[in-house]
Amino acid sequence: MLIFVVNKIIINRIEYFYHIGRYAEMLGQMFSRPEKFSVYWNKLMEEIYQLGIKSFGIVVLMSAFMGMVIVIQTATAIDSPLIPAYTVGFTTKQSIILEFSPTIISLILAGKVGSNIASELGSMRVTEQIDALEIMGVNSRNFLITPKILGAVLIFPLLIVFSMLFGFLGGWFACVSTELVTVEKYKYGIVAFNNNDMMYLTYALSKTAVFAFIMTSISAYQGYYVKGGSLEVGKASTRAVVYSSVLILLFNYLITQLVLI
Amino acid sequence: MIEVKNIDKSFGEVQILHDINFTFQEGKTNIIIGQSGSGKSVLAKCIVGLHKPENGQILYNGRDLISMGKREKKEIRKEIGMLFQGGALFDSLTVEENVMFPLTMFTKMSKKEMRERVKFCLDRVNILDKNKLFPSEISGGMQKRVAIARAIVMKPKYLFCDEPNSGLDPRTSILIDDLIKDLTEEYKMTTVVITHDMNSVLEIGENIMFIYKGKNHWTGDKESILTTQNKEVTDFVYSSKFMRMYREKIMK
Ligand SMILES: Nc1ncnc2c1ncn2[C@@H]1O[C@H](COP(=O)(O)OP(=O)(O)O)[C@@H](O)[C@H]1O
Ligand SMILES: [Mg+2]
Repeated sequence: MLIFVVNKIIINRIEYFYHIGRYAEMLGQMFSRPEKFSVYWNKLMEEIYQLGIKSFGIVVLMSAFMGMVIVIQTATAIDSPLIPAYTVGFTTKQSIILEFSPTIISLILAGKVGSNIASELGSMRVTEQIDALEIMGVNSRNFLITPKILGAVLIFPLLIVFSMLFGFLGGWFACVSTELVTVEKYKYGIVAFNNNDMMYLTYALSKTAVFAFIMTSISAYQGYYVKGGSLEVGKASTRAVVYSSVLILLFNYLITQLVLI
Repeated sequence: MIEVKNIDKSFGEVQILHDINFTFQEGKTNIIIGQSGSGKSVLAKCIVGLHKPENGQILYNGRDLISMGKREKKEIRKEIGMLFQGGALFDSLTVEENVMFPLTMFTKMSKKEMRERVKFCLDRVNILDKNKLFPSEISGGMQKRVAIARAIVMKPKYLFCDEPNSGLDPRTSILIDDLIKDLTEEYKMTTVVITHDMNSVLEIGENIMFIYKGKNHWTGDKESILTTQNKEVTDFVYSSKFMRMYREKIMK
């Protein structure tokens, strides 16, 4: 029994190293020189559109509603004459910039973009489209994966900036409609005490870029190396979302510990 | 001409190909036949360089693919066209863009020249007015034709077709087979067709290799395959009722 368990752990370890090795190899191959720059440029623009612009709607919607809820929750929680009302604005700003927009929205994007990338590459693999590229002499990793990773790393921070803005707008709407806090005090809470804002914003956007890299590269890995048929493609896209989300949470903790303490 | 010498290929512990030797001739449709799982696709993928065999040589007009450097390999790949089992058209691109893809990637042609070349190839495979459609919007037979057009757009010297008529009705199959044969003669290509379909073998088989359990078990042409005494070959050839009836007829 014990031997069985030990064996299993060792085998899992080996597999684990195998995946890390192949993942590293994939990333290494990604940055080889492109065959034709203009084709890659078009591909990059297309990915920015597919991954970024097409996610705009859901990001804006989520952010606005979260902004509203954060304001209402904070306002009701600190309903005390000793705490000034502008604290609601300040707290909302902090939670949106530091955590809600960069992390929660990234997790949402990991769900959407991760399964999208894994299933696209996976179905290209099982229908031999990737082999077809390789036969033509195209470096398929470089051609298919690089534009996705690069596109997401470039566009997601911008999406997150919009997420923050719409979060604040949602909060503003909650102030107007519930009258828990006046709009002036909410605004004052957001605009005043701004010494750390630039630092926090940089922190938030940098970690967004890291998350973008994690979710696109992990999902691409899952899709690119699919073996079998459409069933495996489905499994790969589930794995893509789960692994990306867990790694985002882990890196969120690591980065936060590194930067903010 | 492609000469394959002493090819061994394993995946992990399992050896799939055992010491394969064969010469694929120029201007002819060379055929690899055998049962499903006998290693036909693996052999083809070794020959085009998608798999790396453990041993042996693959000589493209004397140039060994296995020992050559990356840059030379890339050059050879531009001389290879391949038609995959399912067509393998890029489903995010239209018919026209699919055929144009190798041109945009590897040539300095102008848009106009590319369009003309694409139109020529699509006409050659008898696909008309489907340029703007996506692969999912056309029939299986048409997808195969588009895939052939894409495979020949760079004027390859070597053409590989992995089960070109799997999933097609008998009539369309024959049209595709004849198209491949005509193109081979027209462009003096070294064509390799993988199939398990006796109809194709009898239609276009000029130089045939029968692969059995990963070994080159028998070689010949479409006449000798009907008369050979080799047990595994006759089992394969006369496995259908139609072929058995045919044998009875020629025996008389
Ligand atoms: N990438 C691979 N990894 C492991 N085994 C493979 C791989 N590709 C093919 N095989 C195995 O090799 C054998 C021959 O497969 P294949 O060449 O596809 O047969 P077919 O003659 O039908 O084309 C099969 O048993 C298959 O399972
Ligand atoms: Mg096959």
